Amino acid sequence: MGALRESWQNIVDLWSLIVGLKVTGKYFCYRHRTVHYPRKTVDNINTFRGPLELVPKSKDPTKPKCIVCMMCATNCPCGAITLVKKKAPKPTPEELKAEEEAKARGEKVKKKKAPKEPARFIQDFSLCSLCGICVENCPVGSIRFSNDVYFAVTRREDLALDLLARLRERAGEMEKTLSVEQEA
Amino acid sequence: MSIPIIPVELIRIIVALGAVGAFVGLNGLVLVYVERKVAGHCQRRPGPFEVGPHGLLTPLADALKLVGKQLFMPTGADPWLFWLAPIVSFLPVLLLFLPIPFSPVLTGMEVHLGILFILAFSGINVLALCLAGWGSNNKWALLGAGRAVAQSVAYEIPLLLSLLAVIFMVGSLNLSEIVRSQGSWPWQWHICTQPLAFLIYFTCAVAEVNRNPFDLPEAESELTAGFHTEYSGMAFGLFFLAEYMNMIIVCSIATVVFLGGWQGPFFSGALWFFAKMYALLFIIIWFRWTYPRVRFNQLLNINWKWLLPLGLANLLVTAFLMKIF
Repeated sequence: MGALRESWQNIVDLWSLIVGLKVTGKYFCYRHRTVHYPRKTVDNINTFRGPLELVPKSKDPTKPKCIVCMMCATNCPCGAITLVKKKAPKPTPEELKAEEEAKARGEKVKKKKAPKEPARFIQDFSLCSLCGICVENCPVGSIRFSNDVYFAVTRREDLALDLLARLRERAGEMEKTLSVEQEA
Repeated sequence: MSIPIIPVELIRIIVALGAVGAFVGLNGLVLVYVERKVAGHCQRRPGPFEVGPHGLLTPLADALKLVGKQLFMPTGADPWLFWLAPIVSFLPVLLLFLPIPFSPVLTGMEVHLGILFILAFSGINVLALCLAGWGSNNKWALLGAGRAVAQSVAYEIPLLLSLLAVIFMVGSLNLSEIVRSQGSWPWQWHICTQPLAFLIYFTCAVAEVNRNPFDLPEAESELTAGFHTEYSGMAFGLFFLAEYMNMIIVCSIATVVFLGGWQGPFFSGALWFFAKMYALLFIIIWFRWTYPRVRFNQLLNINWKWLLPLGLANLLVTAFLMKIF
């Protein structure tokens, strides 16, 4: 009986062949999901993960929102992010003099703090796995994935991206386009 | 008359062979195009699109590329077997088209044992695959050839049995006779009297021409390309063409034996024949983009445990019923 039932089950399972044909047959009749690339492009690439880019401050488009908390660099599983904080500005001779005078008077001297701004923000795109942990962890929303679909380089060294320089470049371009629009 | 007369039949055969050659060349291009288009549409993409309108010239460009490629032979290969194999694979194909009745007029040669003729000559293809695999001095090719032989030999038996059931009913091996024994409406075709035989035949036919899901001799993911791994340029092109032509042959036989050949509702003619044949070809291509490849033990189990007993039972029942009625 067991063998008979097994054989019958085999015959019944043949139905799955029809199910498979139905799936591909349906797709055969559906509209295509791809576009004819050079003539048409996809309009929505918001979910595309290109190289990282910094989000500028709303007041100054050349400076990132970044506060150098190092959350992105420490959490990056690939070690792709190199982040260096700006050093405190060197005091001028007058300031040094004023400091010493204040010390002599017995007052507490407040040394100038280092600004919460990155000096270098480098993403080595050759190491990046595009996991997005840095983007999720950034407390001020200073980094995001760019939509740069056409990003390509010819040398490996070029994959170490200076994000600050790229931000400034972008700001410059934005200004240009803005001024062009205003003129128009 | 004193002038030696050229026999009419000879002229007819020569003309038919020429026409078959043209048909083979044209269909090679058409099927490559259809295959890639169906593949694309099944995966929701347009398929070839850039060369010519809707990519119509793509197969032509492919063919030119194949012709222009250098022919290589691996060191240690057997030159005779290696170069003989593609020719042995391709040449019988031209003969196979001769007895197929595309319409009452469009028949290359009326062969009384037409179906036997086709089955006999289509067996040569297995030899070609075997030669190709053996002569290549390549392990993948050899494995592919071994699979091809085991598969073809196994599947030829139920294929013959399923055809034999219809031949029992008609009482003739002549393909035109088999078509005439069917009517013009679908319920008068042999697919209605012999549905099981049709299913067995079609499964075996897919296996016999090494198409998915039975494409083990050239399993790309396992054997790179199976028996034709070492072939380049037109040597590969001949194998390729032979495979497509064998597809056309098995679909033609299915059309003749089970689907009423050139006969159809409202009018009869070659148009119906080609419509049915291309529909079957489409189904085979559709299979390829739907089913995953079977394992080798599954392949042989399907044959020896299912198709062969079913074919035998079908044949016995047919014989029994034919004797009674």
